[in-house]
Amino acid sequence: MQKLRSIAELERLRSRILRRRNGTKKYVSVCGGTGCHAYKCQDVASALEGEIRRQDMGSRVELKVTGCHGFCERGPLVVIYPEETFYQRVSPADAVEIVSRTVGKGEVIERLLYVDPQKNRVARSEAEVPFYRKQQRIVFGKNGLIDPTNIEDYIAMGGYTALPKALFEMDPEGIIEEIKESGLRGRGGAGFPTYQKWQTCRSAPSRDGVRYVICNADEGDPGAYMDRSLLEGNPHAILEGMIIGARAIDAHDGYVYVRMEYPLAVKNLGVALDQARQYGLLGQNILGSGFDFDIKISRGGGAFICGESTALMASLEGHIGEPRQKHIHTALKGLYGRPTNLNNVETWANVPVIISRGAKWYSKIGTEGSKGTKIFSLVGKVHNTGLVEVPMGITLREMVYDIGGGMRNGKKLKAIQTGGPSGGCIPESLIDLPVDFDELTKAGSMMGSGGMIVMDEGTCMVDMARYFTKFLTEESCGKCVPCREGLDRMLDMLTDITEGRGSEGDLDLLEELGGVIKEASLCGLGGTAPNPLLSTIRYFRDEYEAHVVHKHCPAGVCKALITYSVDEAKCTGCRVCARECPEGAISGEKKKLHVIDPAKCIKCGLCRDLCKFDAILVSWERWEYD
Amino acid sequence: MRIDASKVDRIVDAYGCHRDSLISILQDVQAECSYLPEDALKRVAKRLKLPLIQVYGVATFFKAFSLQPRGEHMVRVCLGTACHVRGAPAVLDEVRRQLDVEPGETTEDSRFTLETVNCLGACALGPLVVVDSEYQGQITPGKVKRVLKQYMNDGRGK
Amino acid sequence: MIELTIDGTKVRAAPGTTVLEAAREMGIVIPTLCYYPGLSSYGECRVCLVEMVKGRGRSSLEASCALPVEQGQVILTSSAKVKKARRVVVELLLASCPSSKTLQCMASNMGINQVRFKIKPRECILCGRCVRYCKEQMRSGGIGFTGRGTARRVTTAFGHTPEECRNCGGCQWICPVCERACTADSLVNGLCGGCQNLAHVETCEICTGCSESVGAHGHTVY
Repeated sequence: MQKLRSIAELERLRSRILRRRNGTKKYVSVCGGTGCHAYKCQDVASALEGEIRRQDMGSRVELKVTGCHGFCERGPLVVIYPEETFYQRVSPADAVEIVSRTVGKGEVIERLLYVDPQKNRVARSEAEVPFYRKQQRIVFGKNGLIDPTNIEDYIAMGGYTALPKALFEMDPEGIIEEIKESGLRGRGGAGFPTYQKWQTCRSAPSRDGVRYVICNADEGDPGAYMDRSLLEGNPHAILEGMIIGARAIDAHDGYVYVRMEYPLAVKNLGVALDQARQYGLLGQNILGSGFDFDIKISRGGGAFICGESTALMASLEGHIGEPRQKHIHTALKGLYGRPTNLNNVETWANVPVIISRGAKWYSKIGTEGSKGTKIFSLVGKVHNTGLVEVPMGITLREMVYDIGGGMRNGKKLKAIQTGGPSGGCIPESLIDLPVDFDELTKAGSMMGSGGMIVMDEGTCMVDMARYFTKFLTEESCGKCVPCREGLDRMLDMLTDITEGRGSEGDLDLLEELGGVIKEASLCGLGGTAPNPLLSTIRYFRDEYEAHVVHKHCPAGVCKALITYSVDEAKCTGCRVCARECPEGAISGEKKKLHVIDPAKCIKCGLCRDLCKFDAILVSWERWEYD
Repeated sequence: MRIDASKVDRIVDAYGCHRDSLISILQDVQAECSYLPEDALKRVAKRLKLPLIQVYGVATFFKAFSLQPRGEHMVRVCLGTACHVRGAPAVLDEVRRQLDVEPGETTEDSRFTLETVNCLGACALGPLVVVDSEYQGQITPGKVKRVLKQYMNDGRGK
Repeated sequence: MIELTIDGTKVRAAPGTTVLEAAREMGIVIPTLCYYPGLSSYGECRVCLVEMVKGRGRSSLEASCALPVEQGQVILTSSAKVKKARRVVVELLLASCPSSKTLQCMASNMGINQVRFKIKPRECILCGRCVRYCKEQMRSGGIGFTGRGTARRVTTAFGHTPEECRNCGGCQWICPVCERACTADSLVNGLCGGCQNLAHVETCEICTGCSESVGAHGHTVY
């Protein structure tokens, strides 16, 4: 491939690709996201490939392993184009039929279609699946259509149309102005207006004119994986965004700081960088514009704190990921002391969309203060888990019930956790809250990177607060006292409470300590770390009091406060539990009622998990409120 | 384990002997040796002209690095939020019991190293256990034994 | 010169000075631990916190040792918010290093009469004065931080004496904590008792040793 040296050459290439692939050609797309990988989608893909070859359809049908489609719950997913027939839970054994019937004859295989459990309606295409219906996938949508390791797929889908516009039709100020008008705010957590960062960075003095752009792909929030899916499924969108951003702030060197836990993302990104260089879209004199820019990948070493800008830059320079005082913003003095612009993966991926479709169009999506869409990972106790891209301002109710398909196992919704460890838990009573940056902050949580974990009555809020505090205690860099020592003591107190050793006054002390950690910590990690605790105390004080005063866990989660017993009516005496109990705490003869010895029981839950008759009770009913 | 200094040199040279590349260099050394031996760290420090403590500090700060040899199989239990609410702690307890080690430790026969990880980005499948690079989704305590068994009797490992 | 307001008084300071230096110049007492003149500021211990007023009812707490003076800055060094945060921070420090005389005296000066957190003695507050001294003054860099979070320590690599060490002893000399141990026999509520200041007394009668560190300020509550 020769380097493209002008817009005309790029457009000629685009039309050549499109002609070669004339629209009617069939292709079978297999979701190759991490979720589907775990369901062994690679076996499905190779079975389909073999079958296409065996049935001699190779010339008419193309097989494509794409990025994540989002509906991870029902993987492996297979979509047949151009009909867009949507199959879920596909196994390698289905390959024969899919190729012969659907691809060959255009027939639909009923049993592989998705059935909406709420209305018992069958969906033939993605668009008919309720999970997708309320979504607006302007950033994430291409993921399911392109092979991330083939730049031509991205170009065929209209990729790299924003770049020439930014290079030839707009000046840097114009690009920043367009981003300003679009109302784009950082998708990494705090929601800082993107244009402001760019503007500051562009006008900041640099001693040798060097400026940097960085893509923060150190997605550390547990429960959020949209950045991973974008990196794996559509890396060129991120690169295109970065090149445009670099042009706007006049930077010639870029970095992608990516989490080492994401090997596939590193691989696909590497492939994308090589291809972009080959095509002349990265490197010297991009598309003949005279603008030079290149990107390096840097793998993180596994530290949540490296999502913080100064820590990330320290780590890029080869130091430990320790934040510094941020009286001088990194946009002024960042990597190697030069003005540095850091944006998150999803923010970068939004840039080409804004440039090619225009700020006016973009700013019509969303709410007053939060424009555009946001990708959420909707996980936890809902039916349909996966990645969803929705316009800002959608309500939590729509997320949980329309997209998520409601609660699992008929249980009641209790709370929704957003914003990862820096966020908070929003109670069921605020279910009609529109989801945007400002509303979530008002409710005591935050947008964060977009994790949305749905919790039911079987989730203990004290345990949740303890979980996040433990996470943050382990991830704190340990530099400043409030975060290092404060979180550790907070964890001690929460552990005491969940183990029945809480005492009155603990809640007040926790609130006081939380307040001080928030105010006195050096960086944003400590500054937001008490949020999970404070938000759960704010909305679920009863539950804390139940633990502290009555030594009772209403959700039946905290091990020290529950007991296991056998349901006399349901036990068949099958001996499975007695055989498997690691402590030998269950006794009983065959076909007779079994008994659990509470003195020996370690409450591991194995018996409950293994019992086919649902006869193991976690009992806490004996307890009653005063 | 004695480490061949030339191996380390090759890695260091590939990164142009720059301090900025310290983390990448250590990642590659670890990929080569499966952990970071003391001799290797000393060599890296010498080549980069850094006090050893700086290399050692980085090696102990990031979770990716291990200063101890690891087992044949890496068992990682995801403790991300989504996995947590779906019962990951009980799964971890069961893995601990089955392997008889605590997170961060290696079994006596050096077959397994148990680690916990804060989200692997496959939240829809939780609770998640990853053995080597195989993802095992929707694990319950009852399924743990079966999953680990595949790796227990395979002779040399997979 | 830069003009700012500290505790209601307008002051002028040279650019590049920190708020801590400007306040001390005025005779305002701000406690410090990780700060040491001549070493780079680090902002770890947070006992030198001050309140920076940002207008519209908003303000933030900042470590004064690392806060450069700025034109028009409004600083409060002993507001209720500052005092509360400092006290909790000192309580946390005591909980990890109860045998430190410096910390016990500091607690006493602040009128802290109880450590409400679990005591986990570690005998180091990780202020990094020794690390910075070794690196910046001795140009050696034999010691440093390892691990992270609660596992963070100041050590040498692999526990061996580093090649770079010249046995200058500066690391011990500059330590604000292990320099002198508290001589009390036992701790009550995490405090040594010698300087215990249960009733906010003006001058402490039982106190002997700590007057040295307290100096001319007596038992002024910070």
